[in-house]
Amino acid sequence: MKAIWHLLRRELRLALRQGADAAMAVLFFVLCVVMFPFGIGPEPGILARIAPGVILVAALLASLLSLDRLFQADHEDGSLELLALSPPGLEAVAVAKLAAHWLVTGLPLILASPLLALFLNLPAEGFPILLLALAITTPLLSLIGGVGAALTLGARRGGVLLPLLVMPLYIPALIFAAAAIDAALMGHSARPHLLLLGGLLAGAATLAPFAVAAALRTALD
Amino acid sequence: MRAAPSPTAAASPGALLEARALTCLRGARLVFTQLEFSLAAGGALLLVGHNGSGKSSLLRLLAGLSRPFAGGLFWQNSPIAEDMEAHRARLRYAGHQDAVKPALTALENLCVWAGLDGLPDATGRAQAALAQVELSHIADMPGRYLSAGQKKRVNLARLALAPAAHAPLWLLDEPATALDRDSVARLAALMARHRGDGGMVVLSTHSAIDLPGAQVLDVSRFSADADDADDEAADGEAA
Repeated sequence: MKAIWHLLRRELRLALRQGADAAMAVLFFVLCVVMFPFGIGPEPGILARIAPGVILVAALLASLLSLDRLFQADHEDGSLELLALSPPGLEAVAVAKLAAHWLVTGLPLILASPLLALFLNLPAEGFPILLLALAITTPLLSLIGGVGAALTLGARRGGVLLPLLVMPLYIPALIFAAAAIDAALMGHSARPHLLLLGGLLAGAATLAPFAVAAALRTALD
Repeated sequence: MRAAPSPTAAASPGALLEARALTCLRGARLVFTQLEFSLAAGGALLLVGHNGSGKSSLLRLLAGLSRPFAGGLFWQNSPIAEDMEAHRARLRYAGHQDAVKPALTALENLCVWAGLDGLPDATGRAQAALAQVELSHIADMPGRYLSAGQKKRVNLARLALAPAAHAPLWLLDEPATALDRDSVARLAALMARHRGDGGMVVLSTHSAIDLPGAQVLDVSRFSADADDADDEAADGEAA
């Protein structure tokens, strides 16, 4: 546990020093959403209707941006070998890396989303559920994406392969998150959708660190 | 001709680390077969052989980064593969790459590794280790401004983080590249002290480095190609 905390501090320090990743994901997220009113036109009814889907898809794409660097930098400079040989082991490294990825890219997306929801004229009753759905979905994106990043590590054109591999796996999360917000907007309970999302998150959080560690071991062999 | 695996070597008293009939396969290529050695506390094993003979592959096998195709590695007569966690804790590996993060200072780089080995006072040990490779004056310099030799020395300072009793096995892949003469001498002194404290060193190198009483293992002697060469020579004689 102490080792994971230590590894997490390393990741966060590296992310803050190198800086641009977190800011880039948020900027991409904002710009991506802002494109839609320009493309579709300023009709408030249409924008309100598409707002949940647009925000969720943009968040999904934004979290993909920094994913291919998640293990690559450490792989290139030999740190990953040393991390694999360190006493805590690769599973602990995976937990710390996935948590750091969420903190650096997922959390800022959640914080930026109310502004974008306002911009897209999302009705006020959708806001809490949007935040809640994003709070469950963004860690899920980091977990699934992390497995993809570990699997494509060392592959040629891994940066292109990664989205192709990971995006289909994001679909269930997208469906339930969008359904939760739609349900709230129509006055139904969003609870069943959020519970299903929570189930996905619990499953991914349990399995992803082991999958990541196994994939990294193969990449290092 | 290759010496048959001698039973005395396998059962030699005091041997901590042993390789028995080790075979390494990279992709479809047989790098070496039937490789044997044993190493006692305080011992050193110098790996020699031409490029591509499998020195790095052997070091990676010893570190547990890859698995042997056949044969096994033993620590105090029990297979290493049975308890990788204990093996990871007892080894220090320094590969071709220096693993120095450009965004972290030299001291922070070392603190990361010091914090992971589970011993108290990571910062104090990191500072002491930097002093050992005489880099205290650049402790606060970010990794991106370090020269190739300085990066190598920061990486080698990791070896001095823990006492020999905690991490007895050093696996060094070409540790002398990019080092100036004084640094090579310091590395030799570091290794000598480690061995004096009961530690072990396995290293591959092409440059001269002072390693008194080291066993020399020519990895190319165990290569599959060497077998072919022998066979061809035998055929030639027969004709």
